[in-house]
Amino acid sequence: MESGQASHFLLFVDDSYGIMPELMMLKRGKIKENLIEGLFFINGLIVVIILIGIFILLLKNALPGLKEVGVFHFLTTGYWNPDAYDQATYGALAMLMSTLMVTLGSLVIAVPLGIGTAAYLSDVASPKVREIAKPVIEILAGIPSVVLGFLGIVLLGPFLAKVTGTYNGLNAINGAILLAVMALPTIISLSEDALNSVPRSYSEASLGLGANKWQTVTLVKVPAAASGIVAACMLGMGRAIGETMTVLMATGNAAEFPTGFLSSVKTMTSTVAIELGEVAYFTTHFYMLFAVGLILFIITFIINLISDIIFHKHMKMLK
Amino acid sequence: MKKIKMLGLGLAAMMICSGVASAASIQVKGSDTIINLVQKQAEVYMQKDSTVKIAVTGGGSGTGIAALVNGKCTIANSSRAINAREMESALANNVSPTRIVIAIDGLSVIVNAANPVTKLTMYQIGGSFRGDIRNWSEVGGSNMPIALYGRQSNSGTYGFFREMVLKGEYSKAMKTMNGSSQIAEGVKADPSGIGYVGVGYTKSAEGVTIVKVAANAASIYESPLDEAAVDSGKYPIARPLYQYVNGALTGSAKEFIAFELSDEGQKIVAEEGFFPITSEYKSANAKAGF
Repeated sequence: MESGQASHFLLFVDDSYGIMPELMMLKRGKIKENLIEGLFFINGLIVVIILIGIFILLLKNALPGLKEVGVFHFLTTGYWNPDAYDQATYGALAMLMSTLMVTLGSLVIAVPLGIGTAAYLSDVASPKVREIAKPVIEILAGIPSVVLGFLGIVLLGPFLAKVTGTYNGLNAINGAILLAVMALPTIISLSEDALNSVPRSYSEASLGLGANKWQTVTLVKVPAAASGIVAACMLGMGRAIGETMTVLMATGNAAEFPTGFLSSVKTMTSTVAIELGEVAYFTTHFYMLFAVGLILFIITFIINLISDIIFHKHMKMLK
Repeated sequence: MKKIKMLGLGLAAMMICSGVASAASIQVKGSDTIINLVQKQAEVYMQKDSTVKIAVTGGGSGTGIAALVNGKCTIANSSRAINAREMESALANNVSPTRIVIAIDGLSVIVNAANPVTKLTMYQIGGSFRGDIRNWSEVGGSNMPIALYGRQSNSGTYGFFREMVLKGEYSKAMKTMNGSSQIAEGVKADPSGIGYVGVGYTKSAEGVTIVKVAANAASIYESPLDEAAVDSGKYPIARPLYQYVNGALTGSAKEFIAFELSDEGQKIVAEEGFFPITSEYKSANAKAGF
């Protein structure tokens, strides 16, 4: 009989056996459990409410600007120049291109490096190496973005200038390298988890059939963990797209349409960071900055959604 | 339970302390060009009067004026005059900006120390920054493309330079840096670089050359380090540096501004590499009530 029913029953039962205290404790226990469950539920609900709230705030503040400028014009015009000498223009294309360039550049560097490191850590490295490497990777994840931006200006910039034969190193490739450093720990940790979750039977079967360790890792384990690895890369991409301080400091912030990886670029995040402080509230410029924020939110949301779907498929497949 | 009580008490204590600390606090926001100067003046003033707390932050002239309009600061540092759009917003918010001149700046154009070019006319500088002139060989230098280093749109210096020198739009290839310091660092590291900074930032400049500027090819090339040239207007890119406040101030903020305009405050202006205000600006300040 459930404790709820028991409590009703207790009203008519005589306690000559002294069992009331135990039954009271059961009842109190069930209430406490319900209370804690309720608290956790509210907690989870608050997080969802905050997310929805942010989206509504972005949408509400972007709509007046988008109505004035036009969504199509906004997404296809090249230049963003709200404080222009003559005519203000609100075009997101150059910014969008710049963000995509540094993000994709960072993935080109971080994905092979990350998957390779993850494969090494999960299959080849001795436990001692693994013990040292994992904390070091976590520390890499904790480096403040300002510090990386500073290193980009002071160390990487002059180095790139020398290596590429140009006069200065504040360009897209500088930003891409720094973003790769930021995305690497995410990609490594999650890819390693994905590789570790591949059942041992796969690698044992492969080795049993005569393949060596290298063939097992590259031809059996990595393809089996593919969806988990893809999810890891997408999360790394999400990290790189939203990064502000590093790109603000190291990419040179030139408004022109990027002509290659050696040109200075201005990403969407830099634009918002630079201009939101000086804009007068509730002007077109103000609303359009929220529109840029909205684009960033939507892109990041889609990336996270896709990676989540892929990851769940991966987990289901392995079971 | 005891831990929670201690935590609660600790938080309450912190909140009370911060409340007390911000009792007499003056918020000064705005220009990156002026920030070092005003910070130094604030430091000296706070030593003289320890009941006053002055917080000086940057963000650019545009940010400072926006903060004044939105009621988020008492004094806005600005290296350019307030424009019509900002004045409209201010009046719509019941803020009436009053202008005070606190120093004079000879806006300096800097190039890398290894660059043989050390003098330029206004047309050459404007043309370079507009993107019409693209190579150093066109202005007497070696065959290198000109790399432009400028400020961002929140900067008063950006606005002033565009009005005064470019009379057109900046080249899209210009790298927009986060502050005058970053411009100086960028030009120092780049043999093909050219940038513009307030003269106070050239005080400790190594690795860069300060360009002498002539109004046109027939005039004399003047240096921004020459106080007489800057005051008389012979140096073509001289400008007053402003602070904007809301209406007539009273109390510690007004006393701080009086200190900035006093002999001691103006001595700090000279130490920081800028120039003290001339008599015409002194009378303009007096008319505004300062």
